[in-house]
Amino acid sequence: MWGVVPPGLSLSTIRPPYSCIDRWGNVPKIRSGLACSSLSAGTLSPMIVVVCVKQIPDPADPGALDPETRTLKRDVKLILDESDSYGVEMGLQLVDAAGEGEVRLVSMVPNSEVSGLRTALAMGAENAVLVSDEALAGSDALATAKVLAAAIRRCEPDLILTGTESSDGYTGTVPVQVAELMDLPSVTFAKEIAVADGVATVRRQTEDGYDEIECSLPAVVSVTAGVVEPRYPSFKGIMAAKNKPVDEVDLAGLGIDPSTVGWAGAGQEITDIAEAPAREAGDVIVDEGDAHERIMEFLDDLKVL
Amino acid sequence: MGFSKIWIYGEAKDGVVATTTLELLAKARALADTVEVVVHGDASPLAPDLGVHGASSVLSVGDLGEGLPGPRVASAIAAAVSTGSGPDVVLCGTTYDGRDVAGRLSAKLDAPVITNVVDLVVDGDRLLGVEPVFGGNTDVTTGFTGDGTAIFLVRPKSFAVEETGGAPATVGAIEAGDLGNTAGAVVKNRFVEESFGPKLDEASIVVSGGRGIGDADRYEMIETLAALLKGAPGASRAVVDSGWVPYSYQVGQTGKVVKPTVYLACGISGATQHLVGMKGSQNIIAINKDEEAPIFGVADLGIVGDVHKVLPKLIEALQAR
Repeated sequence: MWGVVPPGLSLSTIRPPYSCIDRWGNVPKIRSGLACSSLSAGTLSPMIVVVCVKQIPDPADPGALDPETRTLKRDVKLILDESDSYGVEMGLQLVDAAGEGEVRLVSMVPNSEVSGLRTALAMGAENAVLVSDEALAGSDALATAKVLAAAIRRCEPDLILTGTESSDGYTGTVPVQVAELMDLPSVTFAKEIAVADGVATVRRQTEDGYDEIECSLPAVVSVTAGVVEPRYPSFKGIMAAKNKPVDEVDLAGLGIDPSTVGWAGAGQEITDIAEAPAREAGDVIVDEGDAHERIMEFLDDLKVL
Repeated sequence: MGFSKIWIYGEAKDGVVATTTLELLAKARALADTVEVVVHGDASPLAPDLGVHGASSVLSVGDLGEGLPGPRVASAIAAAVSTGSGPDVVLCGTTYDGRDVAGRLSAKLDAPVITNVVDLVVDGDRLLGVEPVFGGNTDVTTGFTGDGTAIFLVRPKSFAVEETGGAPATVGAIEAGDLGNTAGAVVKNRFVEESFGPKLDEASIVVSGGRGIGDADRYEMIETLAALLKGAPGASRAVVDSGWVPYSYQVGQTGKVVKPTVYLACGISGATQHLVGMKGSQNIIAINKDEEAPIFGVADLGIVGDVHKVLPKLIEALQAR
């Protein structure tokens, strides 16, 4: 129903009017050792899209709270959050449209987990930066944003894509927190994105339609689920993903004090967990061809017809 | 020091205060002596309604021009906090712009946000947020550990709107700082999508379709039924993610929270994601092929059957009225 390119907008290879180095104030050697080191300095850059992805417990499995930490149990197999797959797809389409560039993944975990990243790499992302550090366990949204921002900064992206919220924590604040920490504009709830001449044109979901927003780059754009069809990884893609670079970096490598993230840095605490009042189930009947009559009676009793 | 002053991020459209803002006011004024609302643009037209609902002042951050609210509103609140004239607590609705404001403010103040809040409770001199998890079968209560500004993102429809009969709110202003690159997003055009009947979150009857509808074309059945009942059509996340209908149709954790008189769930299994958004409905009717579907656990009337058989007959019966 919706594509990446709004009608009437032409796409062309992005030609930022600045070099990729001084734009971020970084020098190339800082980037060495990270996945984002493939850019050659001083030339017009191809389009670099960073997509933030989260590896989460499978939402199809019943979740449970860890009795000690009182947060979601994560010591299970982690998968790519489906709501991030739309950002990956959007990024791949934008890079295709630009003609040159790549999608780089940025993610964080406490335990070196990469299975979810491999899914996104199999879709077509080129490489990943994985911030992995035991001290990250228990990080709240703001701490997560600080870590992601530090990792993203070193990727020197033209555009940063995220989901609107994760499917396990669903705070929905990380994209904007990242933007604020990086002094960048942000557009949340994007349903379409086009990039031309260093400007992103974004259709942003609103209560009763959408706004068309122009945004200078770099920028953070959160992508609404369902607006593109995430591609299924091909067999070739899955094989290729096994050899794509995933550069693991710890907090020290990013210059982040471990006491500011994870349990140590959390600015909030759970004070109570209680069973919510249950809603009583009513009558359940099997349709014998007359169920619509029961519904009509029910509606009549409520006097809503 | 507790919380004597609460600020609410106030949203309005065409000079009319958003329901979510009035809901937050109803709760805030029961918690603190001073409740003020931060808005953008001309605050005067909003002052009477905000006052009637319990706000003592309305503070404008100025005109946004083409800009988005997030950067300017967050900057102005943060500036007030830094000079000591800011609030103890900031409440934002979980809306498109409310999340932007809360997220930016959080980063500016280096203060976390407690999100998805459906209730606020007092615990000594601090305020705690209650968040439903696992489809609403568990309530998690969370508080801040520091003494910084407490930011809460509160879900719409968490509190009932209530008038106090107060005088119009005093109109004031607060200044944003330099927005730097954060002001780089500008609105060029606004488009209103064609829609009929009542809004999803205001309708007294909501008819929602899920994956059990089968395919995109058959969603029309849901719209027909909604129109006949003078209600609004809704959808599960599965249907929205499949691209059958726009995101604005989505009921659930990631979509809208609805509390209509009647909620009719058609071909919806009742994933926790969905239940959170509709469990508060006064009456729930569910039609699903699978008798084990969790939706039947919350339904007042459950029909184990095929939506493609039940709905056409229901539509016919309604048309005959």
